[in-house]
Amino acid sequence: MNFDVGIIGGGVVGCAIAYNLARLGEKDVVVFEKQYPGAGSTGRCGAGVRQQWGLEMNCRLARGSVKIFEQLSSELGVDIEFRQGGYLVLAHTEKQLEQFERNVSLQNSLGIPSRVITVEEALEIVPYLNPEVFIAATFCPTDGHANPLLTNYAYAKAAERLGVKIMKFTEVTGVERLNGVFRLRTNRGDFEVGCLVNAAGGYSKPVAAMVGVDLPTYSERHQILVTAPVPRMFDCMVISFTSGIYVQQVPHGSFVLGIAEDEEPGYNTNSSWQFLEHVAREVTSILPVFGELSVVRQWAGLYNKTPDSQPILGEVLPGFFVAVGFSGHGFMIAPKTAEIMAKLILGIKPDIDISPLSLDRFEKGELIVEPSVVG
Amino acid sequence: MEKSDDDIIVCRCEDVTLGEIREKIREGLTTTEELKRVLRVGMGPCRGKTCIPIVRRELSRMLSIPIEDVLPPKDRPPVVMVKFKSILEGSEK
Ligand SMILES: Cc1cc2nc3c(=O)[nH]c(=O)nc-3n(C[C@H](O)[C@H](O)[C@H](O)COP(=O)(O)OP(=O)(O)OC[C@H]3O[C@@H](n4cnc5c(N)ncnc54)[C@H](O)[C@@H]3O)c2cc1C
Repeated sequence: MNFDVGIIGGGVVGCAIAYNLARLGEKDVVVFEKQYPGAGSTGRCGAGVRQQWGLEMNCRLARGSVKIFEQLSSELGVDIEFRQGGYLVLAHTEKQLEQFERNVSLQNSLGIPSRVITVEEALEIVPYLNPEVFIAATFCPTDGHANPLLTNYAYAKAAERLGVKIMKFTEVTGVERLNGVFRLRTNRGDFEVGCLVNAAGGYSKPVAAMVGVDLPTYSERHQILVTAPVPRMFDCMVISFTSGIYVQQVPHGSFVLGIAEDEEPGYNTNSSWQFLEHVAREVTSILPVFGELSVVRQWAGLYNKTPDSQPILGEVLPGFFVAVGFSGHGFMIAPKTAEIMAKLILGIKPDIDISPLSLDRFEKGELIVEPSVVG
Repeated sequence: MEKSDDDIIVCRCEDVTLGEIREKIREGLTTTEELKRVLRVGMGPCRGKTCIPIVRRELSRMLSIPIEDVLPPKDRPPVVMVKFKSILEGSEK
């Protein structure tokens, strides 16, 4: 079977690229997903949506994505549970606070309504915070959170309605390039596509290798847990770049919590008891009442990382595009990134210049320094 | 016959009806993992003890797959709910 565009990976990135291609008129698109949409990192992620970045491009990608998230439920026809309760970022040291002040002025200049707040103001937003452990904070009321499973599902369904073919349980096992087309081998037969997109998340490197491209990406386990639901305690995400912890109460009433940990590169997604202890220690230090909350379930997924923890986006060989290496922030920038990728594939000039995220930055030594990354 | 029991609540923890499960199967979901992620069946404190057998039976019936080929979703730790406080007490011992 032949298609104009083949996308490897049915996570939020692959499904959103497929949806945007179809929306822009290219409907002859197939998504290969070795399991089902949402089975990868997307279905496992915290799904926090933050615009409080330290670099202009990240601010623009996140801000553009928030604008899309704000109307995505109606656009896609599924309630993706997007809520804008804000993000409260704790500053623990003077040095951090100085960086946050610089970030806030950049963010404000780009239309992101963040502000530096005092400990007292933070306590008004989240009364449960331990005032001993931070000296100030920043808050952006339009940051938020969505349900990642429903978002991934909604993009997949909307893409299908526009004519995209999503092949579940179809693993691409080999790629051959001949006469300007890509011939793909899968467990469900061979396919030919004119353009190929690597949106394979944690498996971006082996997938690129099938095309003969060496990506500097690698994967790392990131663990996460959910508590039993409790009555509404607060609406915003609380994060700290010092411990790498993030805490968010989802509409269902449960809290979703994760933390940055040192991990070996690899594909391990097992859960550990050490993680529970680590989270328990850090969360009760910033939010002492959390001692009383119960953990219902823990799991893990992969961060697909790059040497500068920023994604690699663009065309790396004629007709071969990549959207990979999203580290811990691929969900929040997926809507805008996918729109840009679809435009690049169709030869339309996008409204945000993402050339700094091209693969050759690593060769040229032009790594991106983003001060506000978790993990 | 299907219509009459559509209102039955299959997952009491997450309030999911048989009708919702059938709708998603008709929309193209074919595994317990997918239904769990989209509908939250089996995500509650009981960990799917009552609902997952029903979900498997429904998948088997509607898609004509032998029940033993309809796998239950992956079990996630901890085995019982545990308070953060108890986790910390455990680690200090
Ligand atoms: C625990 C955790 C918490 C996170 N929290 C956040 C957060 O709060 N905010 C945020 O923005 N981001 C967060 N992230 C990061 C975010 O999940 C990812 O950046 C994002 O989901 C990446 O989407 P993706 O579509 O690229 O990858 P995925 O969702 O992993 O999709 C890739 C898909 O490709 C498929 N695939 C791979 N190889 C093949 C093949 N050969 N053939 C066919 N299919 C293949 C996989 O099965 C998978 O479904 C978190 C990640 C984790 C693990």
